[in-house]
Amino acid sequence: MTLVGIYILCMGAFAQPTKKDSVYASRPLRLDEVNFVTGYYTQEGIHSPVTGGIGTEHVVDLSNGLDVKFVGWDTHNTKHTLGVDVGFDHHTSASSAYVSKSGASKTGGTRIYPSLDYTAENSRGNSIGFGTYFSTEYNYKSFGLDVHAGRKIGDGTTVNAKLSGYFDKVKLIYPSELIPQTVATSPTTYTTASGNTVGNGGGYEGKSSIPSSPRNTYTLSLGAEQIINSRMQVSVVLDLVAQNGYLGLPFHRVYFNDGSVQVENLPGIRKKLPIGVRLNYFAGDRVVIRTYYRYYIDDWGLKAHTAELEVPVKITPFFSVAPFYRYYTQTAINFFAPYGAHTAAEQYYSSNYALSALTSHYIGAGFHLAPPDGILNKHFNALDVRFGHYTQSTALYASSLTFAFTFK
Amino acid sequence: MSTRKILFPVLAVALAFGSCVHVKEYQKNKLNDADMLLGARKSQKNELNFQNYREGAAGANGGKTGGGCGCN
Repeated sequence: MTLVGIYILCMGAFAQPTKKDSVYASRPLRLDEVNFVTGYYTQEGIHSPVTGGIGTEHVVDLSNGLDVKFVGWDTHNTKHTLGVDVGFDHHTSASSAYVSKSGASKTGGTRIYPSLDYTAENSRGNSIGFGTYFSTEYNYKSFGLDVHAGRKIGDGTTVNAKLSGYFDKVKLIYPSELIPQTVATSPTTYTTASGNTVGNGGGYEGKSSIPSSPRNTYTLSLGAEQIINSRMQVSVVLDLVAQNGYLGLPFHRVYFNDGSVQVENLPGIRKKLPIGVRLNYFAGDRVVIRTYYRYYIDDWGLKAHTAELEVPVKITPFFSVAPFYRYYTQTAINFFAPYGAHTAAEQYYSSNYALSALTSHYIGAGFHLAPPDGILNKHFNALDVRFGHYTQSTALYASSLTFAFTFK
Repeated sequence: MSTRKILFPVLAVALAFGSCVHVKEYQKNKLNDADMLLGARKSQKNELNFQNYREGAAGANGGKTGGGCGCN
Protein backbone atom coordinates (compact mmCIF):
# COMPACT_ATOMS: atom_id res chain seq x y z
CA MET A 1 0.00 0.00 0.00
CA THR A 2 2.80 2.36 0.93
CA LEU A 3 4.67 1.69 -2.29
CA VAL A 4 1.49 2.18 -4.30
CA GLY A 5 0.91 5.49 -2.50
CA ILE A 6 4.42 6.71 -3.25
CA TYR A 7 4.07 5.61 -6.88
CA ILE A 8 0.81 7.56 -7.27
CA LEU A 9 2.42 10.56 -5.59
CA CYS A 10 5.38 10.38 -7.99
CA MET A 11 3.23 10.00 -11.07
CA GLY A 12 1.04 12.90 -10.02
CA ALA A 13 4.09 15.02 -9.41
CA PHE A 14 5.31 14.58 -12.95
CA ALA A 15 2.15 14.54 -14.99
CA GLN A 16 2.70 17.29 -17.58
CA PRO A 17 0.13 19.00 -19.76
CA THR A 18 0.31 17.63 -23.32
CA LYS A 19 1.82 20.47 -25.24
CA LYS A 20 3.90 20.10 -28.37
CA ASP A 21 5.67 23.43 -28.28
CA SER A 22 6.96 24.75 -25.01
CA VAL A 23 7.06 28.48 -24.35
CA TYR A 24 9.79 27.98 -21.74
CA ALA A 25 13.48 28.26 -22.43
CA SER A 26 15.80 25.67 -20.94
CA ARG A 27 18.30 26.99 -18.43
CA PRO A 28 21.10 24.60 -17.56
CA LEU A 29 22.16 23.82 -14.02
CA ARG A 30 24.09 26.68 -12.51
CA LEU A 31 25.47 27.41 -9.08
CA ASP A 32 22.73 28.86 -6.90
CA GLU A 33 23.88 28.74 -3.30
CA VAL A 34 26.82 27.63 -1.18
CA ASN A 35 26.52 26.99 2.55
CA PHE A 36 29.40 26.42 4.89
CA VAL A 37 28.57 25.34 8.43
CA THR A 38 31.24 24.98 11.08
CA GLY A 39 30.63 23.99 14.67
CA TYR A 40 32.39 23.43 17.96
CA TYR A 41 30.92 21.09 20.57
CA THR A 42 32.22 20.14 23.98
CA GLN A 43 30.71 17.95 26.69
CA GLU A 44 31.49 16.67 30.17
CA GLY A 45 29.89 13.76 31.95
CA ILE A 46 30.54 10.89 34.34
CA HIS A 47 28.65 7.96 32.84
CA SER A 48 30.62 6.73 29.85
CA PRO A 49 29.27 3.45 28.40
CA VAL A 50 32.84 2.51 27.41
CA THR A 51 33.60 2.04 31.10
CA GLY A 52 30.25 0.49 31.97
CA GLY A 53 28.32 3.62 32.99
CA ILE A 54 31.02 5.22 35.10
CA GLY A 55 33.94 7.35 33.98
CA THR A 56 34.55 10.46 31.95
CA GLU A 57 32.43 11.43 28.95
CA HIS A 58 34.63 14.36 27.95
CA VAL A 59 34.26 14.98 24.20
CA VAL A 60 35.36 17.80 21.93
CA ASP A 61 34.04 17.78 18.38
CA LEU A 62 34.87 20.08 15.48
CA SER A 63 32.51 19.72 12.55
CA ASN A 64 32.50 21.28 9.12
CA GLY A 65 29.98 20.96 6.34
CA LEU A 66 29.96 22.38 2.84
CA ASP A 67 26.87 22.13 0.70
CA VAL A 68 26.57 23.39 -2.82
CA LYS A 69 23.26 23.77 -4.63
CA PHE A 70 22.85 23.91 -8.41
CA VAL A 71 19.54 24.91 -10.01
CA GLY A 72 18.31 24.76 -13.61
CA TRP A 73 15.04 24.65 -15.60
CA ASP A 74 14.03 22.58 -18.61
CA THR A 75 11.61 23.45 -21.42
CA HIS A 76 8.63 22.15 -19.39
CA ASN A 77 9.49 24.75 -16.73
CA THR A 78 10.51 21.96 -14.40
CA LYS A 79 13.05 23.08 -11.83
CA HIS A 80 16.00 20.75 -11.33
CA THR A 81 17.98 21.04 -8.11
CA LEU A 82 21.21 19.20 -7.44
CA GLY A 83 22.69 19.38 -3.96
CA VAL A 84 26.19 18.17 -3.14
CA ASP A 85 27.16 18.06 0.51
CA VAL A 86 30.45 17.12 2.17
CA GLY A 87 30.88 16.89 5.93
CA PHE A 88 34.08 16.51 7.90
CA ASP A 89 34.13 16.01 11.69
CA HIS A 90 37.01 15.46 14.04
CA HIS A 91 36.52 14.56 17.69
CA THR A 92 38.56 13.68 20.72
CA SER A 93 36.90 11.48 23.30
CA ALA A 94 38.47 10.75 26.68
CA SER A 95 36.51 7.52 27.17
CA SER A 96 37.82 6.05 23.91
CA ALA A 97 41.15 5.60 25.65
CA TYR A 98 39.52 2.92 27.78
CA VAL A 99 38.57 0.64 24.92
CA SER A 100 41.91 -0.70 26.03
CA LYS A 101 41.66 -1.56 29.72
CA SER A 102 44.93 0.25 30.35
CA GLY A 103 43.64 3.50 28.84
CA ALA A 104 46.12 3.33 25.96
CA SER A 105 43.71 3.47 23.00
CA LYS A 106 43.60 6.39 20.65
CA THR A 107 41.20 9.13 21.75
CA GLY A 108 40.57 10.89 18.43
CA GLY A 109 38.58 10.07 15.35
CA THR A 110 37.56 11.59 12.04
CA ARG A 111 34.36 11.14 10.10
CA ILE A 112 33.87 12.12 6.45
CA TYR A 113 30.36 12.04 4.99
CA PRO A 114 29.53 13.17 1.45
CA SER A 115 25.96 13.14 0.14
CA LEU A 116 24.09 13.94 -3.05
CA ASP A 117 20.48 14.92 -3.61
CA TYR A 118 18.56 15.53 -6.82
CA THR A 119 15.03 16.96 -6.98
CA ALA A 120 12.84 17.89 -9.94
CA GLU A 121 9.89 20.19 -9.24
CA ASN A 122 7.29 21.08 -11.82
CA SER A 123 5.54 24.44 -12.19
CA ARG A 124 2.69 23.32 -9.92
CA GLY A 125 5.08 22.66 -7.07
CA ASN A 126 5.01 18.85 -7.28
CA SER A 127 8.39 17.22 -6.87
CA ILE A 128 10.29 13.96 -7.05
CA GLY A 129 13.89 13.14 -6.28
CA PHE A 130 16.48 10.82 -4.87
CA GLY A 131 19.51 11.04 -2.64
CA THR A 132 22.53 9.06 -1.64
CA TYR A 133 24.78 9.26 1.40
CA PHE A 134 28.08 7.81 2.53
CA SER A 135 29.88 8.08 5.85
CA THR A 136 33.16 6.64 7.01
CA GLU A 137 34.99 6.66 10.31
CA TYR A 138 37.45 4.25 11.90
CA ASN A 139 34.85 1.91 13.35
CA TYR A 140 31.75 2.63 11.31
CA LYS A 141 30.76 2.86 7.67
CA SER A 142 27.37 3.85 6.35
CA PHE A 143 25.78 3.92 2.93
CA GLY A 144 22.32 5.38 2.39
CA LEU A 145 19.80 5.79 -0.42
CA ASP A 146 16.46 7.57 -0.55
CA VAL A 147 13.63 8.47 -2.89
CA HIS A 148 11.30 11.33 -2.09
CA ALA A 149 8.25 13.00 -3.59
CA GLY A 150 6.01 15.93 -2.75
CA ARG A 151 2.67 17.06 -4.05
CA LYS A 152 0.58 20.18 -3.62
CA ILE A 153 -3.04 19.38 -3.00
CA GLY A 154 -5.86 21.80 -2.46
CA ASP A 155 -5.42 25.20 -0.93
CA GLY A 156 -2.03 25.70 0.67
CA THR A 157 -1.51 22.02 1.45
CA THR A 158 1.61 20.06 0.56
CA VAL A 159 2.14 16.38 1.28
CA ASN A 160 5.43 14.56 0.96
CA ALA A 161 6.92 11.12 1.41
CA LYS A 162 10.45 9.83 1.67
CA LEU A 163 11.65 6.25 1.73
CA SER A 164 15.23 5.74 2.85
CA GLY A 165 17.57 2.93 3.72
CA TYR A 166 20.92 3.05 5.50
CA PHE A 167 23.21 0.05 5.24
CA ASP A 168 25.89 0.33 7.89
CA LYS A 169 28.87 -1.72 9.02
CA VAL A 170 29.95 -1.67 12.66
CA LYS A 171 33.57 -2.71 13.12
CA LEU A 172 33.75 -5.13 16.04
CA ILE A 173 36.32 -3.34 18.16
CA TYR A 174 35.95 -4.94 21.58
CA PRO A 175 37.39 -3.83 24.92
CA SER A 176 40.87 -5.24 25.19
CA GLU A 177 39.99 -7.75 27.91
CA LEU A 178 36.93 -9.00 26.01
CA ILE A 179 38.37 -9.61 22.54
CA PRO A 180 37.07 -13.01 21.40
CA GLN A 181 39.84 -15.49 20.68
CA THR A 182 38.67 -15.71 17.07
CA VAL A 183 39.39 -12.00 16.64
CA ALA A 184 42.61 -11.61 18.60
CA THR A 185 45.77 -12.50 16.73
CA SER A 186 47.36 -13.43 20.05
CA PRO A 187 46.11 -13.35 23.64
CA THR A 188 48.35 -10.41 24.42
CA THR A 189 47.22 -8.03 21.69
CA TYR A 190 44.29 -5.64 21.69
CA THR A 191 42.61 -3.38 19.19
CA THR A 192 42.86 0.36 19.63
CA ALA A 193 40.04 2.77 18.98
CA SER A 194 41.71 3.60 15.68
CA GLY A 195 41.54 0.01 14.52
CA ASN A 196 45.19 -0.85 15.01
CA THR A 197 46.43 -3.92 16.83
CA VAL A 198 48.79 -3.21 19.67
CA GLY A 199 51.01 -5.72 21.45
CA ASN A 200 51.53 -6.23 25.14
CA GLY A 201 54.29 -3.70 25.33
CA GLY A 202 52.29 -1.02 23.57
CA GLY A 203 54.03 -1.57 20.25
CA TYR A 204 52.17 -1.07 16.98
CA GLU A 205 51.54 -4.35 15.17
CA GLY A 206 49.80 -3.01 12.06
CA LYS A 207 46.20 -2.92 10.86
CA SER A 208 44.32 -6.10 11.59
CA SER A 209 41.39 -7.38 9.61
CA ILE A 210 38.75 -6.77 12.24
CA PRO A 211 35.37 -8.18 11.26
CA SER A 212 32.31 -5.98 10.91
CA SER A 213 28.66 -6.54 11.62
CA PRO A 214 25.78 -5.04 9.60
CA ARG A 215 23.22 -2.56 10.85
CA ASN A 216 20.35 -1.62 8.54
CA THR A 217 17.85 1.20 9.01
CA TYR A 218 14.72 1.63 6.89
CA THR A 219 12.59 4.74 7.23
CA LEU A 220 9.33 5.79 5.68
CA SER A 221 8.78 9.46 6.39
CA LEU A 222 5.35 10.98 5.72
CA GLY A 223 4.73 14.69 6.04
CA ALA A 224 2.14 17.38 5.43
CA GLU A 225 2.36 21.17 5.48
CA GLN A 226 -0.59 23.52 5.66
CA ILE A 227 -0.95 27.28 5.46
CA ILE A 228 -3.48 28.29 8.10
CA ASN A 229 -3.62 31.99 7.27
CA SER A 230 -1.24 34.74 6.10
CA ARG A 231 0.67 34.55 9.41
CA MET A 232 0.54 30.93 10.45
CA GLN A 233 1.58 27.59 9.01
CA VAL A 234 1.84 24.11 10.43
CA SER A 235 3.50 20.83 9.50
CA VAL A 236 3.33 17.28 10.76
CA VAL A 237 5.91 14.54 10.15
CA LEU A 238 5.53 10.85 10.94
CA ASP A 239 8.53 8.53 10.64
CA LEU A 240 8.18 4.76 10.59
CA VAL A 241 11.63 3.36 11.36
CA ALA A 242 12.78 -0.26 11.44
CA GLN A 243 16.33 -1.30 12.30
CA ASN A 244 18.02 -4.66 12.29
CA GLY A 245 21.52 -5.99 12.79
CA TYR A 246 24.07 -5.09 15.44
CA LEU A 247 22.34 -2.28 17.35
CA GLY A 248 24.70 -1.96 20.30
CA LEU A 249 28.35 -0.98 20.18
CA PRO A 250 31.06 -3.58 20.76
CA PHE A 251 33.22 -1.46 23.07
CA HIS A 252 30.42 -0.63 25.53
CA ARG A 253 31.06 -2.55 28.72
CA VAL A 254 28.45 -3.79 31.17
CA TYR A 255 29.48 -4.69 34.72
CA PHE A 256 27.19 -7.20 36.44
CA ASN A 257 26.28 -7.45 40.11
CA ASP A 258 28.61 -10.45 40.48
CA GLY A 259 31.60 -8.37 39.36
CA SER A 260 31.87 -9.90 35.88
CA VAL A 261 32.04 -7.78 32.73
CA GLN A 262 30.60 -8.26 29.23
CA VAL A 263 30.05 -6.25 26.06
CA GLU A 264 26.55 -4.71 25.99
CA ASN A 265 23.97 -6.89 24.32
CA LEU A 266 20.83 -5.42 22.76
CA PRO A 267 18.09 -6.96 20.59
CA GLY A 268 18.80 -7.23 16.86
CA ILE A 269 15.57 -5.48 15.88
CA ARG A 270 14.20 -2.09 16.86
CA LYS A 271 11.09 -0.32 15.61
CA LYS A 272 10.65 3.41 16.23
CA LEU A 273 7.69 5.70 15.79
CA PRO A 274 8.33 9.44 16.16
CA ILE A 275 5.69 12.01 15.23
CA GLY A 276 6.50 15.70 15.16
CA VAL A 277 4.33 18.79 14.81
CA ARG A 278 5.68 22.23 13.97
CA LEU A 279 3.65 25.44 14.14
CA ASN A 280 5.06 28.85 13.21
CA TYR A 281 3.29 32.16 13.78
CA PHE A 282 4.36 35.64 12.67
CA ALA A 283 3.16 37.99 15.44
CA GLY A 284 3.09 41.66 14.52
CA ASP A 285 5.90 42.86 12.25
CA ARG A 286 8.98 41.85 14.22
CA VAL A 287 8.36 38.67 16.17
CA VAL A 288 8.07 35.08 14.96
CA ILE A 289 7.00 32.28 17.28
CA ARG A 290 8.39 28.91 16.26
CA THR A 291 7.11 25.85 18.14
CA TYR A 292 7.82 22.14 17.83
CA TYR A 293 6.56 19.08 19.65
CA ARG A 294 7.53 15.44 19.14
CA TYR A 295 6.24 12.25 20.66
CA TYR A 296 8.41 9.16 20.30
CA ILE A 297 7.86 5.52 21.14
CA ASP A 298 9.81 2.37 20.30
CA ASP A 299 9.61 -1.34 21.00
CA TRP A 300 12.55 -1.30 23.43
CA GLY A 301 10.30 0.48 25.92
CA LEU A 302 11.55 4.03 25.36
CA LYS A 303 8.99 6.83 25.26
CA ALA A 304 9.98 10.47 24.88
CA HIS A 305 8.54 13.95 24.63
CA THR A 306 10.34 16.89 23.03
CA ALA A 307 9.10 20.49 23.12
CA GLU A 308 10.87 23.46 21.56
CA LEU A 309 10.16 27.18 21.50
CA GLU A 310 12.15 29.72 19.50
CA VAL A 311 11.24 33.39 19.23
CA PRO A 312 13.16 35.27 16.54
CA VAL A 313 12.91 39.05 17.05
CA LYS A 314 13.77 41.26 14.08
CA ILE A 315 15.88 44.08 15.48
CA THR A 316 16.14 45.50 11.95
CA PRO A 317 14.79 44.05 8.68
CA PHE A 318 18.22 42.43 8.16
CA PHE A 319 19.24 41.39 11.65
CA SER A 320 17.38 39.15 14.07
CA VAL A 321 18.03 37.58 17.45
CA ALA A 322 16.35 34.27 18.25
CA PRO A 323 16.41 32.96 21.82
CA PHE A 324 15.35 29.32 22.07
CA TYR A 325 14.58 26.65 24.66
CA ARG A 326 14.18 22.89 24.24
CA TYR A 327 12.83 20.47 26.82
CA TYR A 328 13.24 16.72 26.46
CA THR A 329 12.27 13.78 28.65
CA GLN A 330 12.45 10.02 28.10
CA THR A 331 11.87 6.76 29.92
CA ALA A 332 14.59 4.08 30.00
CA ILE A 333 14.70 1.15 27.62
CA ASN A 334 13.78 -2.20 29.16
CA PHE A 335 17.41 -3.35 29.07
CA PHE A 336 19.16 -0.49 30.89
CA ALA A 337 20.72 -0.71 34.33
CA PRO A 338 23.57 1.30 35.86
CA TYR A 339 27.05 0.04 36.74
CA GLY A 340 27.00 -3.23 38.67
CA ALA A 341 23.20 -3.62 38.63
CA HIS A 342 22.57 -6.09 35.81
CA THR A 343 22.22 -9.77 36.68
CA ALA A 344 23.75 -12.63 34.74
CA ALA A 345 20.27 -14.03 34.09
CA GLU A 346 19.32 -11.15 31.82
CA GLN A 347 19.35 -11.76 28.07
CA TYR A 348 19.85 -8.13 27.05
CA TYR A 349 21.84 -5.52 28.99
CA SER A 350 23.27 -2.05 28.54
CA SER A 351 24.69 0.68 30.80
CA ASN A 352 24.52 3.36 28.11
CA TYR A 353 22.99 6.40 29.85
CA ALA A 354 21.67 7.75 26.52
CA LEU A 355 19.10 4.95 26.88
CA SER A 356 18.34 5.59 30.56
CA ALA A 357 15.46 7.64 32.01
CA LEU A 358 16.53 11.26 31.68
CA THR A 359 15.44 14.84 31.25
CA SER A 360 17.38 17.50 29.39
CA HIS A 361 17.25 21.25 28.85
CA TYR A 362 18.85 23.10 25.96
CA ILE A 363 18.86 26.89 26.00
CA GLY A 364 20.58 29.43 23.83
CA ALA A 365 20.23 32.02 21.10
CA GLY A 366 20.77 32.44 17.38
CA PHE A 367 21.76 35.55 15.45
CA HIS A 368 20.88 36.04 11.79
CA LEU A 369 22.45 38.75 9.63
CA ALA A 370 21.43 39.17 5.98
CA PRO A 371 21.88 42.72 4.65
CA PRO A 372 20.52 43.30 1.11
CA ASP A 373 23.95 44.23 -0.28
CA GLY A 374 25.66 41.26 1.36
CA ILE A 375 28.24 41.07 4.13
CA LEU A 376 31.64 42.41 3.05
CA ASN A 377 30.70 41.63 -0.56
CA LYS A 378 27.48 40.94 -2.48
CA HIS A 379 28.07 37.15 -2.67
CA PHE A 380 28.31 36.71 1.12
CA ASN A 381 24.57 36.61 1.57
CA ALA A 382 23.94 35.70 5.21
CA LEU A 383 25.61 34.77 8.48
CA ASP A 384 24.00 32.71 11.23
CA VAL A 385 25.57 32.24 14.64
CA ARG A 386 23.98 29.87 17.15
CA PHE A 387 25.05 29.08 20.69
CA GLY A 388 23.44 26.70 23.15
CA HIS A 389 24.06 25.13 26.54
CA TYR A 390 22.76 21.63 27.25
CA THR A 391 22.20 20.00 30.62
CA GLN A 392 21.00 16.46 31.24
CA SER A 393 19.75 14.92 34.47
CA THR A 394 22.48 12.24 34.14
CA ALA A 395 25.07 14.93 35.06
CA LEU A 396 26.05 15.40 31.43
CA TYR A 397 26.39 18.97 30.22
CA ALA A 398 27.52 20.36 26.88
CA SER A 399 27.94 23.53 24.86
CA SER A 400 27.60 24.05 21.14
CA LEU A 401 28.64 26.97 18.94
CA THR A 402 27.83 27.02 15.22
CA PHE A 403 28.54 29.44 12.40
CA ALA A 404 26.65 29.11 9.12
CA PHE A 405 27.77 31.14 6.10
CA THR A 406 25.57 31.47 3.03
CA PHE A 407 26.97 32.56 -0.33
CA LYS A 408 24.87 33.27 -3.42
CA MET B 1 -0.92 3.60 26.18
CA SER B 2 0.04 6.06 23.94
CA THR B 3 -2.69 5.96 21.33
CA ARG B 4 -4.15 9.03 23.00
CA LYS B 5 -0.73 10.66 23.11
CA ILE B 6 -0.28 10.12 19.37
CA LEU B 7 -3.83 11.16 18.58
CA PHE B 8 -3.51 14.45 20.46
CA PRO B 9 -1.00 16.12 18.10
CA VAL B 10 -2.73 14.57 15.08
CA LEU B 11 -6.07 16.00 16.16
CA ALA B 12 -4.48 19.36 16.94
CA VAL B 13 -3.04 19.50 13.44
CA ALA B 14 -6.30 18.31 11.89
CA LEU B 15 -8.07 21.12 13.73
CA ALA B 16 -5.50 23.60 12.44
CA PHE B 17 -5.82 22.23 8.91
CA GLY B 18 -9.57 22.52 9.08
CA SER B 19 -9.52 26.18 10.07
CA CYS B 20 -7.32 27.43 7.25
CA VAL B 21 -8.17 30.25 4.86
CA HIS B 22 -7.11 30.86 1.28
CA VAL B 23 -3.95 32.96 1.12
CA LYS B 24 -3.05 34.64 -2.17
CA GLU B 25 0.54 34.75 -3.38
CA TYR B 26 0.93 38.46 -2.65
CA GLN B 27 -0.21 37.81 0.95
CA LYS B 28 2.60 35.33 1.62
CA ASN B 29 5.42 37.75 2.44
CA LYS B 30 5.34 36.80 6.12
CA LEU B 31 4.96 33.08 5.40
CA ASN B 32 7.99 33.25 3.10
CA ASP B 33 10.19 34.85 5.76
CA ALA B 34 13.29 32.77 6.56
CA ASP B 35 12.24 32.47 10.21
CA MET B 36 8.94 30.85 9.18
CA LEU B 37 10.72 27.84 7.67
CA LEU B 38 8.86 24.63 8.59
CA GLY B 39 12.00 22.70 9.41
CA ALA B 40 15.29 22.85 11.19
CA ARG B 41 17.78 25.57 10.25
CA LYS B 42 21.14 24.73 8.69
CA SER B 43 22.80 26.12 11.81
CA GLN B 44 20.92 23.46 13.85
CA LYS B 45 22.61 20.56 12.07
CA ASN B 46 25.29 20.03 14.74
CA GLU B 47 22.91 20.19 17.67
CA LEU B 48 20.50 17.73 16.04
CA ASN B 49 23.47 15.38 15.71
CA PHE B 50 24.56 15.53 19.33
CA GLN B 51 20.98 15.28 20.60
CA ASN B 52 20.51 12.12 18.51
CA TYR B 53 23.61 10.63 20.14
CA ARG B 54 23.01 11.70 23.75
CA GLU B 55 19.31 10.84 23.83
CA GLY B 56 17.35 7.73 22.95
CA ALA B 57 14.75 9.30 20.63
CA ALA B 58 15.36 10.51 17.09
CA GLY B 59 13.44 11.38 13.93
CA ALA B 60 10.44 13.44 12.81
CA ASN B 61 12.53 16.61 12.90
CA GLY B 62 14.20 16.62 9.51
CA GLY B 63 17.37 15.02 10.87
CA LYS B 64 18.69 11.67 9.77
CA THR B 65 17.31 8.51 11.31
CA GLY B 66 20.26 6.30 10.45
CA GLY B 67 23.86 6.37 9.36
CA GLY B 68 26.87 7.51 11.37
CA CYS B 69 27.79 6.34 14.79
CA GLY B 70 28.37 8.94 17.51
CA CYS B 71 29.71 6.26 19.67
CA ASN B 72 31.43 7.93 22.57
